[in-house]
Amino acid sequence: MREPRLLPWARWIVLGLLALFTLVPLYVMASSSIKPLRDVQSGFAWIPTTFSLRPFSDIWRTVPLGRYFVNSLVVASVASVASVTVAIFAAYAVSRYRFPGRKVFTVTVLSTQMFPGILFLLPLFMIFVNVGNATGLELYGSRLGLIITYLTFSLPFSIWMLVGYFDSIPVALDEAAKVDGSGPLGALFRVVIPAAIPGIVAVAIYAFMTAWGEVLFASVMTDESTRTLAVGLRGYATENNVYWNQVMAASLVVSVPVVAGFLLLQRYLVQGLTAGAVK
Amino acid sequence: MVARTTPHHDERRGAAPPEGGPRPPGAGLTSRVAARLPLRLRRLGLPYLLILPAILLELLIHVIPMLVGAGMSFLRLTQFFIRNWSAAPFVGLSNYQVAVDIDSAVGAALLHSFIVTVCFTALAVGLSWLFGTAAAVLMQGSFRGRGLLRTLFLVPYALPVYAGVITWSFMFQRDTGLVNHVLVDQLHLLGERPFWLIGGNSFAAVVVVCVWRSWPFAFLILMAGLQNIDKDLYEASAIDGAGWWRQLRSITMPMLRPVNQVLVLVLFLWTFNDFNTPYVLFGKAAPQQADLISVHIYQSSFITWNFGSGSAMSVLLLLFLLLVTAVYLVTTSRRKSNA
Repeated sequence: MREPRLLPWARWIVLGLLALFTLVPLYVMASSSIKPLRDVQSGFAWIPTTFSLRPFSDIWRTVPLGRYFVNSLVVASVASVASVTVAIFAAYAVSRYRFPGRKVFTVTVLSTQMFPGILFLLPLFMIFVNVGNATGLELYGSRLGLIITYLTFSLPFSIWMLVGYFDSIPVALDEAAKVDGSGPLGALFRVVIPAAIPGIVAVAIYAFMTAWGEVLFASVMTDESTRTLAVGLRGYATENNVYWNQVMAASLVVSVPVVAGFLLLQRYLVQGLTAGAVK
Repeated sequence: MVARTTPHHDERRGAAPPEGGPRPPGAGLTSRVAARLPLRLRRLGLPYLLILPAILLELLIHVIPMLVGAGMSFLRLTQFFIRNWSAAPFVGLSNYQVAVDIDSAVGAALLHSFIVTVCFTALAVGLSWLFGTAAAVLMQGSFRGRGLLRTLFLVPYALPVYAGVITWSFMFQRDTGLVNHVLVDQLHLLGERPFWLIGGNSFAAVVVVCVWRSWPFAFLILMAGLQNIDKDLYEASAIDGAGWWRQLRSITMPMLRPVNQVLVLVLFLWTFNDFNTPYVLFGKAAPQQADLISVHIYQSSFITWNFGSGSAMSVLLLLFLLLVTAVYLVTTSRRKSNA
């Protein structure tokens, strides 16, 4: 490709500015997390003058961060495993079978993606409270309620992406497995799933990230014992003081697992998108 | 081709939830029911059994609550009726009348919030798309540091919303934040330290934070889209003498059109409905100038505990989004078929 002479310059200027825009908040998060409270309260400084690892030990005492962490971990893991499982079955049906209602199903599921969360927050809140009153099944304020909610959040995108991915796997492979004596589900488990691992991993990351970062439902549907990180992080702000160094340290700690996982597996996400959704 | 009987142990293993996760509703059912039904019926019913768990969950969390919400919008559902909402009086369309009456305080506030949200969405989606396209196009081909840069660009997308946004809210603090430090202390562009999270500047603040969070998604999708463009097209056009700009206009952008069609729609819906960014950035009380619609409805519902009126506003919001989506899909699809 012949490139205009100025392109390399334009490339570095544009990409450089975008890198700066991306990087500055990350730098602020990291550098402020190792400052003593006095320093974050006395005006911003690019280079920390005093280093202190105290914030990283204080964060666990100021608020019960450990408990929030466990809650988020349980909710996000269970929700993403369940979401992927449900999505695999649904995507296999949509990809491999022509049945009446197939189109309606895919369109309906995808269109739930556009619903404003606020629209079903109020009714869901009411339903959970009233189901709890009627049957004693604790959905409101429990992890179970949050898990079910979160797993449906990632479901539409997961199904959509996996359908695209399954479509790219030749049906001839299924047929071969069936000749070897596997039923349709056998073909799914022996052929389609192994071939679709990148797509499945990508969907699992997406589902985990969705659940780990959700704020709206977490702030309404949890109580003190089931509170997740999304809500818990607000605890560092008191009436007259915000422990900004601890906020930054806590943000760093809660980000590391997802960001590390995402970066390790980003290859799969790009592959999955390339093979599935974007096609 | 003749379907064969499936060995039962296969199906059981197949239906078992992986790694001790919860049993997905319906998955156990699949194997038990399937074992008893005659073969023909099984083949016919299998796809329905496979999508059953997804249908049940969508019904439970999305469809039924939406219908309940539509029903709630016709009730005077105030705090007295939260625990026993079947007793709430039916008030017809009066919640809607109040919401669209721009002379009433509630209606005027809703209209204001709607206009703010439209401006916010247009700016944030436009900039996110522009940044994403620029980065994806400029990162075509290979150069030193490409992989590192790609990884860096994706970090804000991977970061949990609250962690990224809370960092921005620290940066926007008037006395201790980075933004004022740079603008006032270092560049001397402003004489006085402005507030960023209250007053007129809060609109700019929420746009910046939203773009920071969402442009990497546009970048990710467009990068994947670019990988799907056939390299031969570029080579063939280069032989024909097409330069870089010409290729960008005649190959890259047209080939990305289907991707862009979905991407812009998804960005629009996410941004319009965005709750997390303003809620974490501003805390409980969003400033008037950045009163985005999701937070507005949330606050007017949970502060006044008037769920009926909140539901009516949500239904209006959904109708608006449906309308925009329908118009968008019809116009963009028509242009595609004309091209």
